[in-house]
Amino acid sequence: MSLLEIRGLHGGYGGADILKGIDLRVEDGEIVVIVGPNGAGKSTAMKSVFGLAQVRSGEIRFDGAGITRLRPDRLARLGIGYVPQESNVFPSLTVRENLDMGAFIRRDDISPQIERVFEIFPPLREKRSQRAGALSGGQRQMVAMGRALMLEPRLLLLDEPTAGLSPAFTDLIFEKIVEINRAGVSVLMVEQNARQALGIAHRGYVLALGSNRFEDSGANLLANREVAEMFLGG
Amino acid sequence: MFQEFVQLVAYGIVLGSILSLGAIGLSLLFGILRFAHFAHGDVMTVGAYMALAFVAGLGLPLWAAFGLAIVGGAGLAIVIDQLVYRRLRRTAPVILLIASVGVALILRSLVQFIWGPDTQVFSQELEMPLRIAGIRLKPSQLNIVVGTIVLVVLLHLFLQRTRMGKAMRAMADNPDLARVVGIDTERVVVATWIIGAAFAVSAGIFLGVDTRLQPTMGWHVLLPIFAATILGGIGKPYGAIVGGMVVGIASELSTAAFPSVYKPAVAFALMVAMLIVRPTGLFGTPR
Amino acid sequence: MADLLSFAVFFLTLVGIYAVLALALNVQWGLTGLFNIGIAGFFAIGAYSSAILTTPPSAAHLGGFDLPIALGLAAGMVLSGVIALGIGIVTLRLREDYLAIATIGIAEIIRLVLKNEEWLTNGVRGIAGIPRPFEHLVGRGQDVIYLLIVGMAVVVVYLAIERGRQSPWGRVLRAMREREVAVMAAGKDIVRFRLESFVLGAAFMGLAGGLYAHFFSFISPEAFDPMYATFLVWVMLIAGGSGNNRGAILGTLVIWTIWAGTEFLTNLWVPAEYMTRAGSIRVMLVGALLLVILLVRPQGLLPESQFVAATTSRRRRGDGGAAATEEGGPQEP
Repeated sequence: MSLLEIRGLHGGYGGADILKGIDLRVEDGEIVVIVGPNGAGKSTAMKSVFGLAQVRSGEIRFDGAGITRLRPDRLARLGIGYVPQESNVFPSLTVRENLDMGAFIRRDDISPQIERVFEIFPPLREKRSQRAGALSGGQRQMVAMGRALMLEPRLLLLDEPTAGLSPAFTDLIFEKIVEINRAGVSVLMVEQNARQALGIAHRGYVLALGSNRFEDSGANLLANREVAEMFLGG
Repeated sequence: MFQEFVQLVAYGIVLGSILSLGAIGLSLLFGILRFAHFAHGDVMTVGAYMALAFVAGLGLPLWAAFGLAIVGGAGLAIVIDQLVYRRLRRTAPVILLIASVGVALILRSLVQFIWGPDTQVFSQELEMPLRIAGIRLKPSQLNIVVGTIVLVVLLHLFLQRTRMGKAMRAMADNPDLARVVGIDTERVVVATWIIGAAFAVSAGIFLGVDTRLQPTMGWHVLLPIFAATILGGIGKPYGAIVGGMVVGIASELSTAAFPSVYKPAVAFALMVAMLIVRPTGLFGTPR
Repeated sequence: MADLLSFAVFFLTLVGIYAVLALALNVQWGLTGLFNIGIAGFFAIGAYSSAILTTPPSAAHLGGFDLPIALGLAAGMVLSGVIALGIGIVTLRLREDYLAIATIGIAEIIRLVLKNEEWLTNGVRGIAGIPRPFEHLVGRGQDVIYLLIVGMAVVVVYLAIERGRQSPWGRVLRAMREREVAVMAAGKDIVRFRLESFVLGAAFMGLAGGLYAHFFSFISPEAFDPMYATFLVWVMLIAGGSGNNRGAILGTLVIWTIWAGTEFLTNLWVPAEYMTRAGSIRVMLVGALLLVILLVRPQGLLPESQFVAATTSRRRRGDGGAAATEEGGPQEP
């Protein structure tokens, strides 16, 4: 049984369907990457899992249990963390407060989780009293991911985590994703930096125009000439 | 000459306190509900008249009436939200604007219906002004400034230390992310109305104490309050305090050169200037 | 019978004047989505400009120009347009709330000036003796002629707006309401279109003001209280159907009937001491009516489908929300 399973997903944002029957799965412990051209439905697929897009038909299962159309706070409690692509921090709150917000639905002591996030992202420790909006793009991305980790999710959904980051930060983020994965968190991510993302992925999906085009291991997809030409920019 | 200047500044601080309280409420509502609440002035009016009813009708002391009026005002705001604004939340913000204009008119005419159009006062007694460092201030005016400081400190503690306060700040920052982390947005909305109304009622009562009560009192300070809110930056309650003080002091200082009826014009001019130079306000983040 | 006729003429004339206001507001709101809460200000400017320019010399206020009425009306239109231009330049590039606040501000300032600058306007005592067209015609004939003039104005304004709506200019406006990004990409200057629409609407409001002044021959700041001039017009437009010119006229007729009708009834039934209180109830009634319409049938009596689509579904303006990469946004949970 897969950790996350999406079957026959049709949906969008209320108008015409963007997703026209997507199938996807994430096994426990995997890093799975979704790549594809713009408008392919990559972000929409992810948002559908987290209840932020309309699902017209299809099924989403987490650990065997149906989670289609559940509200975000329910999903957070079940162990799914989500990091949106843009506007993914609270700019006027400090780094520490952003992390606090990540654990908002918990009322107990969260300092172990805070400590853990600082271990994964050391720069955040010294910036913990700074407003998140004042940080650089790469540091903000760390805050955003750290926030999602506060509830110790089993599955982390990342929407283009390296968008707009410098090459140095991009490398760093990919490193951290591998580190987080090794600690036991499964990752499903949408990425525009397809080449690098597939390089760290166990498996990947190529979406185009709202449906599946390719599915294979990360290495195989990288080696696939057709995929390379169409979607990876050579 | 200098003495007169300082005196006007002192009056400006009193007026500024009232405007700040109004602007704080308005800014919070703006930041979280994302529309310009045009009924805010009339909530102030209703609050003042509620207090009047407790003082004149039940013979309660003003401080007790103050507390009761806040409760009453908050309750009224929640009722209006549930009946009217809640159902319009999915529409364009301009529809909410129109609705709030309608609510404003209903509140104003309700007050006029119940209490009539003539002016009223909380108390007929004449106050002897105190002399502090050469400035003349009535005790009630001092109370207004002190009361404002107390309320602002309480708000600060609420926003920084309490769970709901942080949730409000988060939601004002980024409502979608707030939902993602599991914040119950409807509860935050209710809390916002309570605080917004509480501050509006306080401002209204202070206004009634400093001047007098009449059914259009809130509507007439709405323009300066909007100016204060814009000056400070929409959605920035701390900015609203600065905005309120600037507008209040500038308005009072202007009376040295212009007739006092034109005080709202000063507020308007400041607002226009800010919109030209820096529309997001002194403390707003340029988008 | 004769009384009924003159009442009808009086009634319809006012409906006509308000219809011009509603049509003007429709240009700003219905066609362009601009929220003007300062109608009373432009209305007053039109009225007072025409009054000042056409009245004989007077010690009580600025005047003595004794210009023809047509010129007075035109001047009112121009001055309203100029003021709208000023406000528009500052606020139209910002979010819509700011325009609303600015229009309240300007209307309030206009009101203060009209009330307090007595050398200009005679303050609360108002300006009297505003000339009527064809004044040598005594009696009812004069009223009917005025009704015809107002009627013509309504027709002219209506046709002008309809032409504008169907022209390329109007199509851009409609496109702007729905897909601003696409329109900007096509190279159109959004702010300029909004400005043109705002100024045009304001000019028509000035026209209505002039018509009002010459109808009553007397104006005072009270007549331009935001209640009557601004709020009532909004209810008329919303009730009739925003975006829709025929809706604007229909809404004016319906709401004015309700407003004047309730006034007639209160005059009839309510004893004098309770007059102002009865007035408050009428205002409450109209306010409640507005809310009911917004909640139950926001598109009004004669809906214009595009307008409904544009404003009754949630519009995202990218203010802090997670911008979707694929055309849309998070739904309400």
